[in-house]
Amino acid sequence: MSDPVVWNPQPRRPAWGVRTPRRKTLATRAPILRAPPPARVTIPLVSGAGISAQPVVVAGQSVRCGEPVATPTAAGYPCIHASIAGRVTDIGLYPVAGGSGPVPCIVIERSDGETVWDGYPAWPDSSLLPAAEIRRQISAAGIVGLGGALFPTAAKLDSAGQTPLLLLNGAECEAYISCDDMLLRERAERVVAGGRILSAAVGAELCVIAIKTDMPEARRALLDAIDAAADPRMVISTVTAKYPAGGERQLIELVFGREVPAGGRPADIGIICQNVGTAAAVADFFLDGRPLISRVITVTGSSIARPCNIEARIGTSVADLVQLAGGYTGTPERLIMGGPMMGIALADDELPISAATNCVIAATVEELGEASAELPCIRCGLCVEACPAALMPQELLTAVRDENTARLESLGISECIECGACDYSCPSHIPLTAQFRTGKRLLANAQLSRREASIARTRFEARNRRLADENRAQPENPVDADALQTLLARTRRRDPEQSD
Amino acid sequence: MRFATAQPPQWPSPSGVPGMMRIVILALLPAILVSAWFYGPGVFFNIIVAVIAALGTEAIALRLRQKPVAATLGDGSALVAALLFAFSLPPLCPWWVTASGTVFAIGLVKHAYGGLGYNLFNPAMAGYVLVLVSFPDLMTGWPAPDIGDIDYQRPGFGATLQYCLTGRFPDALTLDAIARATTLDRVREGLGAMRTMDEIRMNPVFGDFGGAGWEWINNFVAMGGGALLLLGIIRWHIPAGVLGGLLGMASFVWLLDPEISPSPGFHLFSGGAMLGAFFIATDPVSSPTTARGRLIYGAGIGILTYVIRTWGSYADGIAFAVLLMNMTVPLIERWTRPRIYGRSA
Ligand code: SF4
Ligand code: SF4
Repeated sequence: MSDPVVWNPQPRRPAWGVRTPRRKTLATRAPILRAPPPARVTIPLVSGAGISAQPVVVAGQSVRCGEPVATPTAAGYPCIHASIAGRVTDIGLYPVAGGSGPVPCIVIERSDGETVWDGYPAWPDSSLLPAAEIRRQISAAGIVGLGGALFPTAAKLDSAGQTPLLLLNGAECEAYISCDDMLLRERAERVVAGGRILSAAVGAELCVIAIKTDMPEARRALLDAIDAAADPRMVISTVTAKYPAGGERQLIELVFGREVPAGGRPADIGIICQNVGTAAAVADFFLDGRPLISRVITVTGSSIARPCNIEARIGTSVADLVQLAGGYTGTPERLIMGGPMMGIALADDELPISAATNCVIAATVEELGEASAELPCIRCGLCVEACPAALMPQELLTAVRDENTARLESLGISECIECGACDYSCPSHIPLTAQFRTGKRLLANAQLSRREASIARTRFEARNRRLADENRAQPENPVDADALQTLLARTRRRDPEQSD
Repeated sequence: MRFATAQPPQWPSPSGVPGMMRIVILALLPAILVSAWFYGPGVFFNIIVAVIAALGTEAIALRLRQKPVAATLGDGSALVAALLFAFSLPPLCPWWVTASGTVFAIGLVKHAYGGLGYNLFNPAMAGYVLVLVSFPDLMTGWPAPDIGDIDYQRPGFGATLQYCLTGRFPDALTLDAIARATTLDRVREGLGAMRTMDEIRMNPVFGDFGGAGWEWINNFVAMGGGALLLLGIIRWHIPAGVLGGLLGMASFVWLLDPEISPSPGFHLFSGGAMLGAFFIATDPVSSPTTARGRLIYGAGIGILTYVIRTWGSYADGIAFAVLLMNMTVPLIERWTRPRIYGRSA
């Protein structure tokens, strides 16, 4: 019996990828815990490519929960909302996880009795809204990609334009993380509703919700929700549980059998990809008028007393989350934000979570495994098999060590998604992914100096031309080196901290 | 609370070179025992000499290259090379033959090229070819296998040990009196003397497919290879290429004229075919890393093995075939590089 809402019922078996222990059931036994507002939140104002929002509150001011506290400075960028009711105590630079330095944040301290700001109308029938209006509302709702990139959803929708296919990514492929799985189990109808609104925003004819073969509960919940919605555009697709099947490009390959061209975006082949959590956030805004002030986070690991999924306010500190999950047990040796493959090891637990934080793992070294000493590459080819981008990591490694940027480019380092699958498969324990990050920096520097050299050449030629012109005693050419200088200065000023 | 940090991935690889090498050794063990069952204690003497020489050479080479000795000795790669080399030698073999081949394999072929991971040639096979061309007379020490009604004189433990240590047998025995031509040698000589395969195969040293005894060893090697495949230590491409190439060539020629061609089955179960396919050609360092490249590389070895066995001047061709194909690896790898995701071919 074929099921009309199951797209691509035969899961594709990719040759690439690795199988890691999953350890997801640690946190899926309990329902999602709705966290009470914490005593204090530190809300980062940056999203996407480092562009920060402009605060519209001042220190000392009282805010209600859900009230806008900063407005976007670029089209499609999100509005930032107070995630708890309280008093703004500071607006300043604070360290956040993963950033290279402190970023602008708004600190709010909780006041007694949670007052809610209800300035946003609900749009129960959002399908009547024009696509452009939906995108504007999404930006007002403060919605960013909850899959990890923090990229502003409205900006992504804007730049994609019209795409016939919408892919909702629910294929959490990293071990430990179960926030999307739990969200789908408990709020599948919100994900489906969000998918329909997003489909309207890009004019998609088909919305595929992708999950993994090991998510039977989520699958059942989704099928029920799609039945209830009775929307022929909504289908689900089940993909392999191998890592990194949930990577955007990998998922597109698995679901649609197509590749995103190198250097391009999924929109180039008519696809736009959103996380299922993002879709649920969109539905929450349109159905209830609730902006993005919270998200579901998996708090897990064998050093957490009661691993679970928590719906937490943006800006809550990791320490507060751990407290909600029963605190630490034993000696946690590593605190990871994200999954064990791509997550960042935090130096301390006072950092706030952002909308991109999907998981916090407090792990012992035993559960992660002791790292052994690095050996030379034995050319076993296991990394080649594992690489989802079909690169040859052992060759890239030599190119990085030789600082051969031309070779790095031809070997495709820019296609490396830094998934770490090669590291995980390497019997010689070579830190390949770390080397590739270095390699990307090398290549970027080389390209930058190439560009600078070409600008210098242009300037030199312009000067020669001007001198020649002057010799011919002609009036000054308006397009001259000065104009180039200004242009150059403007290019240099493209510094995120300074744009406002 | 504060925590230690590290670069992602936070999850170190669960596999390791020493573990892989241990599994290779375990997978070869049954075949070694069967070999000793048929051919006597000389099999063990070879291994003991080779292992001592390999570890000694590796330690000295590491010392000279100022690398950590203990950690690298523990990776097991020298041990595997020594085992494979010793296993290829005739069971009656003076110690200096074994030792010189091992010292050459580890000291020159492996370490002069930069040590683990950098050698272009398969060390075990390079060592084998060195002793084969340097000591051709001493490389014939195959006694008759202890099987069926083959009634030949076999040296006992003492005589084998004495030969291994001194190159002489007690009581005026000579190697010539004990050594029997291998089945591959017999086929070669018989066909050279214009006899048909049926006539040649009348000799009791032949079993159902290959040589009596040897076909059993090959069976056990193949089973060990199967275990390596199941455990994911090796991939199927190289063995399939080697056996496919050999089988393809052998079947083709055999179908043309079965009278004077050994059967494909004989080729598969004679000499070092299985050892070559599963344990030697699959040496990661000296073989390609891409799936397509491995198929090509394996097929090349299979075909060359047949060519050398049939038309060359040595009875078995695995070692030469592997070394020849080793040289093509950089080329094969360049040809078979996978198309990068999102880039056009
Ligand atoms: S980190 Fe890069 S090279 Fe390694 S497997 Fe992932 S994509 Fe391939
Ligand atoms: S997995 Fe490690 S040892 Fe194997 S080829 Fe890749 S880099 Fe080399």
